[in-house]
Amino acid sequence: METISVTSDYIPILIQIVVALSFVVVVMLVSHFIITKRRRVRSIKKEDNFECGIEIEGNARFPFSVKYFLIAILFVLFDVEVIFFYPWAVNFKESGWSGLLYMLLFVALFMFGFYYIYKKGSFDWNKDEE
Amino acid sequence: MFQVYLFLFLSCVALFSAMMVLLSKKPIHSVLYLTLTFFALAGHYILLNAQFLAVVHVIVYAGAIMVLFLFTVMLLNLNKEGQFPKTTLVKIIAAIAGGLLFVVLIGSLKSFDLATVSNPAVSQIGLVKNLGKTLFSQYLLPFELSSILFLSAMVGAVMLGKKDKE
Amino acid sequence: MDIQILYKSGLIIVILLLSLVIAMYATLAERKIAGFFQDRLGPNRAGIFGLLQPVADGVKLFFKEEFMPATADKFLYVLGPSLTMLIALLGSAVIPWGNTLVIGNNVFPLQVADVNIGVLYVFAVTSIGVYGIMIGGWSSNNKYALMGAVRAASQMISYELAMGMALIAIVMMSGSLSLHDIVAQQHGIHWNVWYQPIGFFVFVICAFAETNRTPFDLPECDSELIGGYHTEYSSMKLGFYLFSEYINMFISSAMIASLYFGGYNFPFLHELGMSHNWLTIVGTFVLFAKIGFFMFLFMWVRWTLPRFRYDQLMRFGWKVLLPLAIVNIVATGVIYELFKK
Repeated sequence: METISVTSDYIPILIQIVVALSFVVVVMLVSHFIITKRRRVRSIKKEDNFECGIEIEGNARFPFSVKYFLIAILFVLFDVEVIFFYPWAVNFKESGWSGLLYMLLFVALFMFGFYYIYKKGSFDWNKDEE
Repeated sequence: MFQVYLFLFLSCVALFSAMMVLLSKKPIHSVLYLTLTFFALAGHYILLNAQFLAVVHVIVYAGAIMVLFLFTVMLLNLNKEGQFPKTTLVKIIAAIAGGLLFVVLIGSLKSFDLATVSNPAVSQIGLVKNLGKTLFSQYLLPFELSSILFLSAMVGAVMLGKKDKE
Repeated sequence: MDIQILYKSGLIIVILLLSLVIAMYATLAERKIAGFFQDRLGPNRAGIFGLLQPVADGVKLFFKEEFMPATADKFLYVLGPSLTMLIALLGSAVIPWGNTLVIGNNVFPLQVADVNIGVLYVFAVTSIGVYGIMIGGWSSNNKYALMGAVRAASQMISYELAMGMALIAIVMMSGSLSLHDIVAQQHGIHWNVWYQPIGFFVFVICAFAETNRTPFDLPECDSELIGGYHTEYSSMKLGFYLFSEYINMFISSAMIASLYFGGYNFPFLHELGMSHNWLTIVGTFVLFAKIGFFMFLFMWVRWTLPRFRYDQLMRFGWKVLLPLAIVNIVATGVIYELFKK
């Protein structure tokens, strides 16, 4: 089971990144410079943003609901928690009951926080306008 | 030899994108360059064979924290110019704060012992299994305490969301 | 060492081409299946049974006029779809497409990179998939595109958590993050789906949400957001967005098949009496059959279920799937400890 993992395991991933990147760049360049360049007809009206055919009102640089930020902040916190599970899960079979109990303590506090957020209504998207 | 070139390349990418974070005019470009910096750093972790740390770096920093940053930058009302005052006083304060940080970094680098593992590329300490063993024996208490930190952060986040509504 | 690197490069190119071709024909299959579900024929003009339709679509996208809104952020506008495509192409690196081929003294694994953190690699690729959509939606400076992008980002990050949690139960059972090990442990009929039905359920739903497929296609729901984040895109840039969705679908199906349905394993593998190399080849075909089934599932669901409402989507992700995944982890732990030999 105990195989040695070394940095050179990642060389194929590096090659894959290079191949995928060159595919994307080549397709973009070919489609931009060779095929579609000649056909581009430009005018001010045409290059307006699409807004269902009516006159454009302002632009798309406006603030949006704070709910999205709350979700993003909570995501960062929960994501770190999820990451903490992985080193534990790999060692789970060897650690026995004690390892499980350590993690249950962690999960209990985690669920307490989750319950708090739940009760505060952060996951209710249709209830913010009272 | 190949690893040395890779190290130099990644370092150049990291330094260049870190510079561009400061030099970009648009905040959203700064955020994206910062993401690129994190990817270069993840590459460095791979070169040190800290595999778990590398992938966690990508998941947590590039995948979570930078998405939050991106949201925040998008929320800013970017139509108005001069939202960020750049008076001389601010510049002087920034220079002093940055300079102090620089001194601290140099100080900590001087005390750092360079005689580390001879060949980090084959060191097995950064693998997830060994990391887990250390985390759940030597650092068990800090680990459990970190959950309390998360709890307080959650409460803080919810409070932040509430405050904006009024 | 050199022959291995050469082999890996060849394998990478073959797999990338294969995923592109499969994605191409998935678009045709989707339209054919839609036709079947709606009691009509679907595309049948280009070639026999419409088999040349994807080629025609590709050529059309190439020759379309390239459009860019005057107020768009030029660099990011191009970066968005490129990034989406790039990230979609990276996911296949750690999936084991088959066992090993032995030729002479050389062993050739049908997997690009058997890294120690395979599962987390897929998780990382998924988590940075948000960028392409967000950058594209924001940079086109269109209100619909922005709404689509923000919705997409919120949805993807919410379902990513439950996905990560579902994966943890698998890791607990296998004790390894390497996809090769996880697949190898599911020999015969010991597939993870029998031991992890809840985890499987959560993972499949999250895979639907991560690929922005119906019933989770709110980021691009055409009835209210026109095209969502790709409203302002045309020609090959639009093609990249549409195409990467099918590649992601292929990768997700491959992940479901390898994590829960034994990958290239099939029952009575060793009772066929074939040589090792032939077993590997049959195993690869079995894996692709499983992938094909899950891709069909994706399409089946699309033409069967209506779209979620946004509050339902968020409520489902955070209030149902996330607790369910945590309960699954705890249950897996307790049951394993109680019933281990």
